[in-house]
Amino acid sequence: MEQNTTATGDVSFLVEKWRDKKGSLIMILHEIQNHYGFVPRDISLQLSKLLDVPLARIYEVITFYNYFKLDPPGKYTISVCLGTACYLKGAPEIVDEIKNLLNIEEGQTTEDGLFHLDVVRCLGCCGLAPVMMINGQIYGKVKRSEVVDILSRYKKED
Amino acid sequence: MEKKVILIKDTGFKSDTTRDIQSLFLKAIRDIGAEESIQIVRAADLGIYNQGVVVKILPDNTVYTHINSDNIDQIVKAVHKGEVLENLLLKDRVEQTRIVLRNCGVIDPENIEEYFSKGGYTSIAKCLFDLTPAKVIKEMKKSGLRGRGGAGFPTWMKWSFAANSFGDEKYVICNADEGDPGAYMDRSVLEGDPHSVIEGMTIAGYAIGAKHGYFYIRAEYPLAIERVENALKQAYERGLLGKNILGSDFSFDLEIRLGAGAFVCGEETALIASIEGKRGTPNPRPPYPTDSGLWKKPSIINNVETLANISAIFQKGGDWFSSIGTEKSKGTKVFAVTGKVKNSGLVEIAMGTSIKDIVYNIGGGVLNEKQLVAVQTGGPSGGVIPKKHLDTPVSYEHLQELGSIMGSGGMIVMDEDDCMVDISKFYLKFCVDESCGKCAPCRIGGYQMLSILNKISEGEGELEDMDKLHRISQAMQKASLCALGQTAPNPVISTLRYFEDEYKQHIIDKKCRAGKCSKLIQYTINPDKCKRCRLCVTNCPVSAITGDREHGYTIDQEKCIRCGRCFEVCKFEAIARV
Repeated sequence: MEQNTTATGDVSFLVEKWRDKKGSLIMILHEIQNHYGFVPRDISLQLSKLLDVPLARIYEVITFYNYFKLDPPGKYTISVCLGTACYLKGAPEIVDEIKNLLNIEEGQTTEDGLFHLDVVRCLGCCGLAPVMMINGQIYGKVKRSEVVDILSRYKKED
Repeated sequence: MEKKVILIKDTGFKSDTTRDIQSLFLKAIRDIGAEESIQIVRAADLGIYNQGVVVKILPDNTVYTHINSDNIDQIVKAVHKGEVLENLLLKDRVEQTRIVLRNCGVIDPENIEEYFSKGGYTSIAKCLFDLTPAKVIKEMKKSGLRGRGGAGFPTWMKWSFAANSFGDEKYVICNADEGDPGAYMDRSVLEGDPHSVIEGMTIAGYAIGAKHGYFYIRAEYPLAIERVENALKQAYERGLLGKNILGSDFSFDLEIRLGAGAFVCGEETALIASIEGKRGTPNPRPPYPTDSGLWKKPSIINNVETLANISAIFQKGGDWFSSIGTEKSKGTKVFAVTGKVKNSGLVEIAMGTSIKDIVYNIGGGVLNEKQLVAVQTGGPSGGVIPKKHLDTPVSYEHLQELGSIMGSGGMIVMDEDDCMVDISKFYLKFCVDESCGKCAPCRIGGYQMLSILNKISEGEGELEDMDKLHRISQAMQKASLCALGQTAPNPVISTLRYFEDEYKQHIIDKKCRAGKCSKLIQYTINPDKCKRCRLCVTNCPVSAITGDREHGYTIDQEKCIRCGRCFEVCKFEAIARV
């Protein structure tokens, strides 16, 4: 699928908000990502002009941090925890199962744009291991056999 | 007379005699006519395990264990008279000592009044009006508090370096970029008691002469961010932050900066770079941040747990704090006990408590009655502690002696189903993924070690690989720029030290004891147990299982991808993993 990575919008108000603060680039990028779900290239270009810093400087920061995305996410983001507790309790099998079912790799989005698969390091609820999260909804003590059911619930809703 | 409540927990009981125990209690109460003054409540969990039937009497908090039907009359009578039965009292129970988590789950973290009711913000008032900054540092020295983020550097020393540094602008930074996969105490403190951290930072600011501070919080913790934002707003409204705090000459401002998912940003110099809005790559030390930190100004970076201790220290005094713990490690430590343990969760214990007590007495022992093999502490920078060293008391020194570290407080219990080669691969992979790539020892060394470990887990290893792992480890420890690279080999070194046999098993016998390394295992069908139900046949994703009902089924080892599906679905344990 052709993914739309362009976006329009004015971010000058953001730059104004952070103008008096030192070292604000990461905070501005956070606000952009919260709004668009990713950091669109056009917005980065605009930011580069407004802040008067080279685009390379902005991209250097975006690509360093795992949190910032350059591509739009799917409608539902699946985050499977691969922290130590989840790893020991079988999270790799959950990841494999999702990859098989959706036919995508980590960091990819399904062709219909419905699901995006991320592997994350610790969601901070190790007591529920293994854990996966779909758009903020936590699923704890997930078994491999339950993954199909969970995903199909979202497919039906669509 | 005050009403007494007897809580009964009987889940430790094998047969379902639970109702009997409860009704026997009720009968005993009726017999002495104490229905009005004693109430019976069945509790699902009292946090006490492997002690048979347990009862807890409220409000006295008396706990009796191993109760049987003969004791019941005795207990009820004693409760009625207000006596204690010494012979049934819970023995050797390890109690948690809650300093850092003192308010978590007790107060409403969104309401500053509730923090006040626990003596909140009295410490900052005491510091501002009764103590000079030098005396604040002196009290910290008395307490013996050491950094809870990993290395255990004495907090007072860090503060005193920054206080003595020259400059009008200084910064206090709270490191809340909790990155160790498997530790979440910082998150719990920020979500459950944000004001204690704010108060700790303000005291630190007063001690070193800073006017400004930053919270550096993981963006992955939205609720923690929200709670801190809310707490900051309330503190500003009450004049506990901002200009002339509580009418004194001292002014202090706090702001939030968000992390963006980089483990290396837990390192001080990388964290500073990130707050400055740059890539979070570390810089050589010296100069230390206490001389030249954020924007080249003297800065101190303290971890959330460290800061949460500070207001408690000034409420009760440095002497009180140093009376808890061991000779060199004072106070308490919060551990996130997870993995194959019955009762996983946050545990705060006095330093010096043994690992065994944490796992068995507080954690309730190993899940599914399996054998414990090792306990891992310190996350990707730490090491494994084998079963034979479980009596070791928890302290910075003792853990280091065993080749592990205290770290931020992850404590992961591993059982017989966990493969040590696989575990060290897991941790090393984490560090390789998170290496910033700036220095060669970490970037190249980590990658090479990982490929050797992969080779071993696939049955292609040679004995000299173990030697190579040692040599690369040494190079990384000595030559890496920051702690990430210096400590990344620790999980490999410690598993090699204690589980050399397991590595050799992978290399020489091409076997994985735990059945984790998929290339080294084989699934076969035991014809005697097989009921020909075909469940495995329909579930095999690569159609590797063939045969018919008459002759039975076999697995084609060439086709088999060792996914373990058949092993999981078989209801008759007819699939063997060797």
